[in-house]
Amino acid sequence: MTLLITAGAGVVMLVSSFAFGIAGASRIIWLKWSVRIIVEFFRGTSAYVQLFWAYFALPFYGIYVDAAVVGILVLGLNVGSFGSEVVRGAILSVPRDQIEGTVALNLSRYQAMRYVVLPQAIINMIPPMGNLAIDLLKITPLVSLITISDLTFQAQVIRQQTSETIITYGFILIVYFLLSSIIVHFVSRVDKYFARGLDIVKGNH
Amino acid sequence: MVLDTKRDFIVFDRVEKRFGELVVLKDLSLSIAKGEKVSLIGPSGSGKTTILRILMTLESIQGGHVYIDGEPLWHMRQNDDLVPANEAHLRKMRKQIGMVFQHFNLFPHMTALENISKPPQLSLGVDKASSEKRARELLDMVGLSDKEASYPSQLSGGQKQRIAIARALAMEPKILLFDEVTSALDPELVEDVLNVLRDIGRSTDTTMLLVTHEMSFAHEFSNRVFFFDEGRVIEEGPPDNIFTTPKEERTQAFLKKIIAAGMRID
Ligand SMILES: Nc1ncnc2c1ncn2[C@@H]1O[C@H](COP(=O)(O)OP(=O)(O)OP(=O)(O)O)[C@@H](O)[C@H]1O
Ligand SMILES: [Mg+2]
Repeated sequence: MTLLITAGAGVVMLVSSFAFGIAGASRIIWLKWSVRIIVEFFRGTSAYVQLFWAYFALPFYGIYVDAAVVGILVLGLNVGSFGSEVVRGAILSVPRDQIEGTVALNLSRYQAMRYVVLPQAIINMIPPMGNLAIDLLKITPLVSLITISDLTFQAQVIRQQTSETIITYGFILIVYFLLSSIIVHFVSRVDKYFARGLDIVKGNH
Repeated sequence: MVLDTKRDFIVFDRVEKRFGELVVLKDLSLSIAKGEKVSLIGPSGSGKTTILRILMTLESIQGGHVYIDGEPLWHMRQNDDLVPANEAHLRKMRKQIGMVFQHFNLFPHMTALENISKPPQLSLGVDKASSEKRARELLDMVGLSDKEASYPSQLSGGQKQRIAIARALAMEPKILLFDEVTSALDPELVEDVLNVLRDIGRSTDTTMLLVTHEMSFAHEFSNRVFFFDEGRVIEEGPPDNIFTTPKEERTQAFLKKIIAAGMRID
């Protein structure tokens, strides 16, 4: 369950990071501001409250959603709202010169974003996005609040049944550590992939 | 206003450009014929770069009109009126114009070959094979055939600028703008870039506008020179007139300063 929630929320996080990040860097004023409000909402209220609200309060409005779906969406959007700031910052850090180059070559705005801005911005996004992915993994135990039995919840159950506090908690520490190592490894692979060519630019060739 | 499209290929008609309160161009009118090689000279801050940037649609105008081949650049025709241009109109107009920047503005994540071949694929829809073939011809023309796989960070300033020129040429614009393309370069690299410009000037009928502090190059390269000060054309004419027998006092003073700084103007 922890794996499923982390993976699902990870996808939601990536998609929302890019969608909100690109929109937040846009020059279209209404788009920019509506996105900023959504992002600030998710950043400004805790994941804990958001989970509670989405699972226990929405049914009062007649909206019933599966606990796992709530967990994935809420955690994904919560961390994604931080991710969107990473994406937005990285996009805005690409020098103006580069945009003017795309205008002089008559690229459309979409092409400029896709072929010139994002490839340069992405390299600055990867390390902080990796950290966010680990943050995400670390807040998954919150979903036990909305009746999902994730890794931590199950560990508690086992501990109560067996009274083996040290062994069960030691075990889940190791599992979380392994899971985050997998994320770290994956992130560094992605980093290498996007750094072709740009590593020379950054001078760490 | 009535345009003679042969003589008036590029027209500024009472153009005004402001940055906030600062008026940079006021009632600027000028006209350039097809195929002309024009140099813009003048003191720092006189508005030379601004003129090129307006033509490249990087800087909007606050008054007047700019025409290219009879079409308004910053406006569109709508019933007998001219209304401010939208992005689609600007993209259509940009097709005819290319620019080479002082600081090259190459794409750092693309090789030299990709820098030249990718933009025509994207904005003109040229297929990959023919745009790469053309890019190799252009690399050859600027003397950098052996650098096609290099990234910009692996090239010298002079090499980067020659790639940037090749990149602009690959789009086959009718108008090419050069903004002090040698002034960010080490002195020993300047000549290579000027040689490329000479080549282009001789071998194409592209209309070229050149902002430069290299007076002797402006002298030999252009058929007409505009001297600007404070956003106005103070004097214009064939280079021999401007450089050897300038009529206006301000032109004389400007050239005197250049000579005093040890630069040649002949
Ligand atoms: N983005 C801007 N915001 C505010 N003022 C600007 C901006 N760009 C240019 N200016 C001002 O407009 C005036 C003309 O600038 P411009 O760059 O066209 O001069 P120039 O003739 O190219 O000078 P130089 O020889 O130094 O390159 C200057 O006073 C400059 O400070
Ligand atoms: Mg300038």
